Amino acid sequence: MSDDHHHHHGDMSHLHEMDARVKALESLLVEKGYVESAAIDELVDIYENRIGPKNGAHVIAKAWTEPEFADWLREDATAAIHSLGYTSRQGEHMVAVFNDDEVHHLVVCTLCSCYPWSVLGLPPTWYKSPPFRSRAVIDPRGVLADFSLELPETTRVEVHDSTAEVRYLVIPQRPDGTDGMSADQLAELVSRNSMIGTAFADNPQ
Amino acid sequence: MNGGADLGGMQGFGPVVEEENEPHFHADWESRVMGMVVALGACGQWNIDQSRLARESLPPADYLSFPYYHIWLEGVQKLLLSRDMLTADELKSGKLSLPPIEVRGTLKPEAVWDGLHSLAGAADRPEERPAAFEIGQQVKTINQHPEGHTRLPRYARGHIGRVTKVLGFHVFPDSSGNDRGPDPQWLYQVEFTAQELWGPDKNPNDVVTLDLWEPHLVQA
Repeated sequence: MSDDHHHHHGDMSHLHEMDARVKALESLLVEKGYVESAAIDELVDIYENRIGPKNGAHVIAKAWTEPEFADWLREDATAAIHSLGYTSRQGEHMVAVFNDDEVHHLVVCTLCSCYPWSVLGLPPTWYKSPPFRSRAVIDPRGVLADFSLELPETTRVEVHDSTAEVRYLVIPQRPDGTDGMSADQLAELVSRNSMIGTAFADNPQ
Repeated sequence: MNGGADLGGMQGFGPVVEEENEPHFHADWESRVMGMVVALGACGQWNIDQSRLARESLPPADYLSFPYYHIWLEGVQKLLLSRDMLTADELKSGKLSLPPIEVRGTLKPEAVWDGLHSLAGAADRPEERPAAFEIGQQVKTINQHPEGHTRLPRYARGHIGRVTKVLGFHVFPDSSGNDRGPDPQWLYQVEFTAQELWGPDKNPNDVVTLDLWEPHLVQA
């Protein structure tokens, strides 16, 4: 199933068929006045270039460097994240979960693909696909192993199934050896996956 | 509904494979579908829960085998037809046969950024009554198998958990997704041990949380 995308992608006739079908639908919707193609262009540009994991990395680096902001995230992540201007759709209600030596958090949406677009952008294919959605809740340690993440048996794994309009952001642990780094430098260590829970933050080089 | 979308706990899909340097979209049609679906929200002809039901009611074999934006395409097409925004003939021929229906609005390119940031999709509503459950309380999920939309997945039905957060008073998708209005309810984060959900061979430290509405829960 995880190869599905590649299968379709490699199948040129299917690709042409989908392109043609979607073009025809867009033409109809434009002719009827329901959508404007320039608005679709703008949406695509925004999610390709302007709303993505850099937003989340900013939040994490701020939490690592400003204890008051970290406290605010714990108490009211919605207000704390909105205060930075990250109010876009699929981020209206936020909960921040903090990894530490005892607890590791992993976010999933088993029923669809709920994901904090406002701070992470659009989800990667694996996040939306059956292998992850099915297994994250029943075998989270196996899923983490797929991402080469091994946790001690004594670490508590908390999986958050996003079943409502509340979006979860994982605050990874600040890596060792980063004392004295600026928030901008720290943000470079925060990968998208570390904010979903399938990676740790990167170590400094 | 017990459809192809309710995946939690299914087995046999194999490992999670991450594509290196994955592009945002794998083909032009995928980006157009994403943009169309978001832009059509401005027409105001359906809510997010109805759009989820349109996707999850695809035949399970299709749901499990289609690329994700293909699922979105099928879902939005179903909604467009059911609202008479398009006809089956128009979809087939690509030619207009009926005038458009009246819609709430059309998303203008210059309004996209502000529209995305407007918090218009917020699901919380003014509280109409006190919450029935409090943090720390033990609760049990109901056993139900509705044919329509529900946000209580199969794997979490009939299980005992503990309230870990009171998240607010939110639109109830099990109502709004089934054309019965927003019917807002208290929303809770409920924590279940992995052993409660999946049996005694699971790690005793591990837990799963779900965000569930008051009608999904009874006192345990």
